[in-house]
This record gives sequence, structure tokens and C-alpha cells, in this order.
Amino acid sequence: MTEAKTLPEKIWDSHVVPSPLQEQARQAALAEAGAGGLPGERADLLYIDLHLVHEVTSAQAFEGLRLAGRKVRRPDLTLATADHNVPTLDRDKPWTDPLSVQQVDVLRKNCEEFGVPFFGIDDQRQGIVHVIGPEQGLSQPGLTIVCGDSHTSTHGALGALAFGIGTSEVEHVLATQTLRQTRPRTMAVEVDGQLGRGVTAKDLILAIINRIGVSGGGGHIIEYRGEVFRSLSIEGRMTVCNMSIEAGARAGLVAPDDKTFAYLEGRPFAPKAADWEQALDYWRSLPGDAGATFDRVVTFRGEEIEPFVTWGVNPGQSAPVTGRVPDPESFAEPAARELARRALVYMNLKPGTAIQDISLDRVFIGSCTNSRIEDLRAAAAVIRGRKVASTLRAMVVPGSGLVKAQAEAEGLDRVFTAAGFEWREAGCSMCLGMNPDILMPGERCASSSNRNFEGRQGPGGRTHLVSPEMAAAAAIAGHFVDLREVMA
Amino acid sequence: MKRVTTVRSKAIPLDRANVDTDQIIPAKYLKRIERTGYGPFAFEAWRADPDFVLNDKRYAGAEILLARQNFGSGSSREHAVWALDGLGLRAIIAPSFADIFKNNCFQGGLLTVELPEEDVDYLMARAMELSGAQIEVDLESQTVRTANGSWARRFEIDPFKKYRLLRGLDDISMTLEYESDVAAFEAQRPQLLPRTVED
Repeated sequence: MTEAKTLPEKIWDSHVVPSPLQEQARQAALAEAGAGGLPGERADLLYIDLHLVHEVTSAQAFEGLRLAGRKVRRPDLTLATADHNVPTLDRDKPWTDPLSVQQVDVLRKNCEEFGVPFFGIDDQRQGIVHVIGPEQGLSQPGLTIVCGDSHTSTHGALGALAFGIGTSEVEHVLATQTLRQTRPRTMAVEVDGQLGRGVTAKDLILAIINRIGVSGGGGHIIEYRGEVFRSLSIEGRMTVCNMSIEAGARAGLVAPDDKTFAYLEGRPFAPKAADWEQALDYWRSLPGDAGATFDRVVTFRGEEIEPFVTWGVNPGQSAPVTGRVPDPESFAEPAARELARRALVYMNLKPGTAIQDISLDRVFIGSCTNSRIEDLRAAAAVIRGRKVASTLRAMVVPGSGLVKAQAEAEGLDRVFTAAGFEWREAGCSMCLGMNPDILMPGERCASSSNRNFEGRQGPGGRTHLVSPEMAAAAAIAGHFVDLREVMA
Repeated sequence: MKRVTTVRSKAIPLDRANVDTDQIIPAKYLKRIERTGYGPFAFEAWRADPDFVLNDKRYAGAEILLARQNFGSGSSREHAVWALDGLGLRAIIAPSFADIFKNNCFQGGLLTVELPEEDVDYLMARAMELSGAQIEVDLESQTVRTANGSWARRFEIDPFKKYRLLRGLDDISMTLEYESDVAAFEAQRPQLLPRTVED
């Protein structure tokens, strides 16, 4: 009888390259460690099915290959695009920053030299790397997917094992199509019941991070299980999986189901004809076996979750929109108290302030967390026929050129612009403060992105993470409002 | 990979939890295409505060950083390791590290040492009180000790990682030695798996 396995274990185990030579080296290391040595973490050589590459974390890796006279082993399993360091306005005019021009140009040249497919800035398929993988049908159930970006966990929404890596590891994957990785532990986050009206996938993941903490998933792969995740769209699952890293997790994923298959069918790189039927058989075999156990299980009820707003400087420092900025003294742990104190100073917030009394200078709808067509539709539905408050500036940045085109075909761009939003070209934009889209010092922003770290959206900027719908509602009101009341 | 053996130096007490890689190196410095030269920009925002510990001249030249839990959280940017390396750091001691950051440190030969909270508390308090106090981190014996040897703790590390760090083995060269294993695995991958190029 074979051992019952969870979904992450199945994917991991089926990608371990059996390597007697590596095992010899490991045994030599164990022998050297002697009796005092640990049995050792299990460092597996993992085969990588899909490697996504972008301009910011790849130049040094390609340079390393060049210096060592190495090739890209599998350019046909590699795809590059430029997203982090690109302007989202006036792209046809000369870019203002010569370093950005150079970085994107170096990526294009590296792709040419090493034969890697590249969705360049003039390609309509260009966009945020975690938006385009699923959009192209490349991110599929059961695959191992890596990228030099921590939000690679997004692709877990399709039932893939996807995680972020650093530049040296990018070079390792380019050269060998494998990665030496310590086998993570498994964690189930189970949410049964239903989300209330006006409560989104973003609120769900913010609530999870609030509960388990920003390092609560450390060393683990999270599988999101239960009715609530089953009911979410694939886009919603992407929002949840995207922020797994904000709970410290190595990866996050959802078992593939009929929604996954329907999402993939007909996409450019999805299997076709006879391959499709064969792929379906394989994908249906992936969900965890009955009786398989996780190293850790956390459970919630969907009904308990409210729209969330972060008040601090990490994604776990958050409160329901009906709540108040906490008093740091209310935290039992001295470390949490100190973190809250520091956060309130940076955020310029007073304990006890009602979340809905926080007024805003900026609103940003975009990022790999919430810039897909479904996010834009949902935000547009809140905005339709209304105007952005005169006190703030708001922008929408679609996740890809194709999302932008689809939104324009549906007239969503006109809904946004009529309300006073700026409508931009695809890219990471104001999520990370490395392109022209940044906050000015002291500006306060409602953002559909994923990180509220100090200075994340620009030095001195203050970020509140929310769902795109909550961001849209806040843009109209000029301060946070309870989406459920706006919708009523 | 850089060879790592023993680091002996005073230690900088960075008494903050969840230090994220955006603080270690802000995104605006990730536009450069080199691996070096990030040290001057490390902790840029916090260094604007004259009281920030990295501005304290008493710790100048330190090669060991004492940090709190979940150090290096957030972005996968390896530039964070290059920036810390640029500050002259050779080892970081903390109760826990973020996963990707820890892998990046390993790749960059920056030793991450995990010790229980109370041991980090002790070292942190000691470094604050006696800024010149030396600590030794010895990978071979997996030990952190005070210079006079009055206090010592063993730390755990995967033997295989230790073996590679002590020898400064290049990870890619090592994997390329197993190329035939990789090729054999590749040969049996199903044909229907996606490829990024058209045939």
C-alpha cells in the first residue's frame, strides 16, 4: 500500500530528480558531521517545469552564466517579461530614468542571446509576470513554477507548486532547470462556510495573515482547503495564494477542480485535443489522498470574516473596517506591543481612531494581487456613476496588456476615467516604489497591493492594504467606508 | 560560493522584529545590474535617524548582526544579501529568518545562525551594554561563544549545507556534475507539459 499524500507532497515528490551522486555527497556530509550531526534537512534536487523571469532579478544571473560559459538549459521552459521597472504612462516617449532603460534593454538582449522567449514592452501580452503566466495558460496544475519574485506563490491558485527564489537560484535554474531545496512542511488552512456579501478573497487572506501572523507560515507550504476556497473564482484564489508569502509561507496552493480546468481550457499554452483529455486525467489525480495529514492545520469560518484594512507596517497589522486602530498597550506580547507602537508612529495614526475616519490622499488599484479583469470589473461596479473625492488622486493599473484590452472592450476604462481615475499601461506600478509611480513622503494610500512595509510605495509613504472594491469605495468617499454599506 | 569558517567580531544589536528586505535595500536601488555596490544604500530610511544603531560609531567594523525573529521577510531580492555583505557583515544571529532570505544568504556565503529567543536576548543585551564585546561564530564546531568563552551555545545547521559552506562549493557546478541524472529525469517527463515556445 502506498502512503497517503497531500497535494503539495505529491507535486514535490514527483519532481525530485533521483540523483545517486547527490546522495553520495549528502552521505559524505553526514559522515563528516559524525554522531553529533542532525539527520539533516532533506535537500532535494527538484526539477522545475516553468521558470518565469523579469528584469529586476535576472541580469546578474545571466551575467553569471556568461562568465562561466554556460547556456540556459531549457529556454523552452522559460519565459521573460518586463514589469517591475517600467513606466505605466507615456511609454512611447523616451523613459526618464536611464537605469530603467538599461535594465529592460539588458533583459531583452539576454533573452536574445540565450534564446529565451520574451514578452517585451511592445507586446500586448506584456504584463505582471504573475498575471501573464495564468493568462497564457502556462501555469497548470501539478507543475513546479519558480520566479525571482516572492509573489510567485500566486500560481498556486491553479494547483501548481510555485515559489519565489533569489538571483543565485535563478542562475541555478537557468543553468540546470533544477533547484536544490529543503523539503518544506505542510500546513492546511481550512475555511468552511461562506463569505458574506462584500467580503472578498483579499479580506479572506488578510484575515488569515492577521490570525496566523506574518511568520506563521514559515517553512511551510500552505494548502487552502474548504468550501470558501472552492467557491472562489480562479482569480480570487490567485489573490489568496499571492499573499501566502505575507504569512511567511514558502508557497500556497489550492487543489485543482472543474473551475481550474474551465479557466485553462482554450488558453494559448494549455494542452489541446488529445493532450487535453490526458492532462485532465492527470490533474484529477492531484488532490490529496484521503487520510493524508498535514503538519499543521488552522481552521476558520467564512462567516466570521469582515472586510479588512491594514493600519500598520506589515500585512498582519490589520483590523475589520468596522474596527478601530488598536492601542499598542492592548497587545499581550511585549514584541507585538513595540511593533504596534513603531507602526503607529510611522503611519501617523492615533490609537482608537475609527478605521472609517482615516482619510486618504491616494488610491491604487493594481499589482499582482488584484489587477486581473475580475478585480477591475468589481472595482468598476463600485465606481460606476460616481466621482472620486476631490481631495484625492486615484489610479488603476491593469495587470497585463491583455487585461487592459479586455477592460477597454467592456468599457471599464471609461467607467474609471469618468469617475476621475487615471487609466494606465500594465506593470507593477505603485506596488513597490521602483518606477515613476510612487507616493510622496507622508501621503496616505488605500492600495489593492500586497505590502504595507515602511516606504514600500515610496519613501515616507503610508500604505493601507484593502480589496480593490474597498479601495474603489474609499476613492469615492475620500476615507475608508464599509463596502457592505455602499453596496446596500 | 564564498567559503565560510569562523567569524570573530563585535556585534550590532538590531533590536527589531520582522525586518523586511524593503528596509534592508529599497526597491529604487534594484535598477542596477551589478552584484556589488549596495552597501551605502542598506537601511537607507532608518539610517536617516541619527540614533539608528547602524549609525553608532561604536559598532563600526562589526561583522556580526544580531537581529530579531523573521529577519529578511518579504521580497525575494538577493540585493538584500549583497547590501548586508556590502556593510561588511559575515554572519547574522536571530531567532528565525524568512525562508527565501535564508536561502539567499546561503548562496551569498552570509552565515545565518538561529538561536533560541532567550540566547538572542542575552547577546543583544550584552552588545548594547558592551559595544566592543566580541562574539565568535564558528561553523566547524557549530558554536556561538563570547570571546572569553564564558558563554557558548551550539547552533544547528543541515550537515549538507555546512559541508558546502565550509568548502565554498559552487552550487551550479555541483549540480552540473549530476547532469546525467537530470537528463534521465527529463527524458521521462510527459510530452504534454507546457513549453514556452511554439514548435
